[in-house]
Amino acid sequence: MAATTPALSTPTARGFWKSLRGREALSFYLFIAPWTLGFLAFILGPIVASLALGFTRYDIILPAKWVGLENFRDLIADPLFRISLGNTVYIVLMAVPLGMVVSFLIALLLNQKVRGMAAYRTGYFIPSIVPAVASAALWLYLLQPQWGLVNGFLDLFGIKGPTWLASTTWSKPSIIMLMVWASGGTMIIYLAGLQDIPDTLYEAASIDGASWLRRLVHVTIPLMTPTIFFTLVMGIIGTFQVFSVVFVLTDGMGGPLNSTLVYLIYVYRNAFVFFRMGYASALSLILFLIILVLTLANVRLAGRWVYSEVEME
Amino acid sequence: MATNTRVQPAPAVAAAQPRPLRGRSGFMAVFRHVILLPGVVFFVIPLVFMVSTSLKALRQIALFPPELIPNPVLWANYPEVFHYAPMHLYFVNTLFLVLPAIFGAVFTSSLAAYAFARLRAPGKNAIFIILLSTMMVPAFVTMIPTYILFAKLRWVGGFKPLVIPYLMGSAFFVFLLRQFFLTIPRELEDAAFIDGSSRLRTFTGIVLPLAKPVLATVTIFAFMASWNEYMGPLIYLSNKKQYVLSLGLQVFTDAYGGEWGLLMAASTMMVAPVILLFFFAQKHFVTGITMSGLKG
Repeated sequence: MAATTPALSTPTARGFWKSLRGREALSFYLFIAPWTLGFLAFILGPIVASLALGFTRYDIILPAKWVGLENFRDLIADPLFRISLGNTVYIVLMAVPLGMVVSFLIALLLNQKVRGMAAYRTGYFIPSIVPAVASAALWLYLLQPQWGLVNGFLDLFGIKGPTWLASTTWSKPSIIMLMVWASGGTMIIYLAGLQDIPDTLYEAASIDGASWLRRLVHVTIPLMTPTIFFTLVMGIIGTFQVFSVVFVLTDGMGGPLNSTLVYLIYVYRNAFVFFRMGYASALSLILFLIILVLTLANVRLAGRWVYSEVEME
Repeated sequence: MATNTRVQPAPAVAAAQPRPLRGRSGFMAVFRHVILLPGVVFFVIPLVFMVSTSLKALRQIALFPPELIPNPVLWANYPEVFHYAPMHLYFVNTLFLVLPAIFGAVFTSSLAAYAFARLRAPGKNAIFIILLSTMMVPAFVTMIPTYILFAKLRWVGGFKPLVIPYLMGSAFFVFLLRQFFLTIPRELEDAAFIDGSSRLRTFTGIVLPLAKPVLATVTIFAFMASWNEYMGPLIYLSNKKQYVLSLGLQVFTDAYGGEWGLLMAASTMMVAPVILLFFFAQKHFVTGITMSGLKG
């Protein structure tokens, strides 16, 4: 087929569009036209615009004014920028590994012939499909200090529970707890990964006398590293963008005392409460850069610990 | 037990224990339930109490220890919710976002996906790489310029900003569907095409019916994403009559703080369709997640 390409594509442009090959190409462009239009208007255009907007002062009503690096200088001096970034990093550092470990343990336990396995799997998974806003509403109730379920449970052990969302110490852990509760999607991914590991490998390891723990460390975990890597990268990207849950839990304020002011809430407030579009765009660009650098670093480091089947083939 | 295997002839052991990591002793089986059961309770009990609290009066909610099954069961919170917020309207408004999103996934995205899977054209590979790279761009990057665009078009305050972009399909769906189309044998389409059917007719008449399973997955994804969508409605909708369910819930979280029965009843109304859908289409949820690893 490749050999015929020059013969078909050398005639004049008009001839090409009339040929069978040309009509096929035309159909291709027509078929992708709606998506292309959306891409140009709602993705490429906005990306280019956001690159420029970060260097302007703009409130939508008055024309945008080019201010060079001013937004970025302001940002370095802005305590709320540092606080919101710090809060977000804290949540990422806690929620991502915790969610991964909990999901992995559950997946390990479920990857066996357990009676009622389907019911267990459903139970662990269901919180993850609850809409973010509804789960925030639900945890608002659960974490209610006086008679919320969580403190009620702690009370059984004689522990006086904290005030959770009203406490600067416990507000972030509250959010992390909610996120771990909703991490069933990761569990499903691990479960699928575990089921792909061939039984023959475990058999071989058992014959060699490997205990349960050694099979876990030397067979299961190495073979799961690509899946673990994937959930790590996606978890970091997703958690840096945490918004809805925190917004609902804190009435859009990121309180108390900015202790849950996550990055996107700060972007949101600048853009849509104060209408500082230029500054908010600069903030967005910085977050995008952070996510990009972390993802690239992850990909770079992956060679050291992620098992790759390519070498074997 | 594993240590015994050394003294025995290996093949016999392997035959006797075909699945060495699977449960062997009764102790392990019980042990597993000892861990799994409290775990699953932690995951499920909040949702059970969401429903239970929605059926309680305030006096019952403040009881400790809390009643799992309310006594008496109070249904009044549900009608009461409509008294504070027109949930039926929010429900219809939410459908205004959900249906275009599904259309964008099933038609626009699959049309492009089919083109990428089957048709040859100059520049196709380059365009495909651009498509893939757009999947890496987080939504917040385009949020502000898109808002400015819609503000200039005077679309802010209406549904258009929440509908039109979704009608245009998404790179993620295009990619997912393309991968599926590549697995369909070409012969059926070739036969139809030679018989004089147009490419579009071949696509809608032959390819789409074959793609039902993956279209179901994509539909569920689109449904979940738009049902849960919060930031978009928050930014673009200001008139309370236009609120969608996710914004409607906020009516109960801010203005009527303390009305937990109402808040839980409203939450249950928003969650119930999702859970129902899950039980009807469990398989598609699971394949969708394992195919992509993306969560709502």
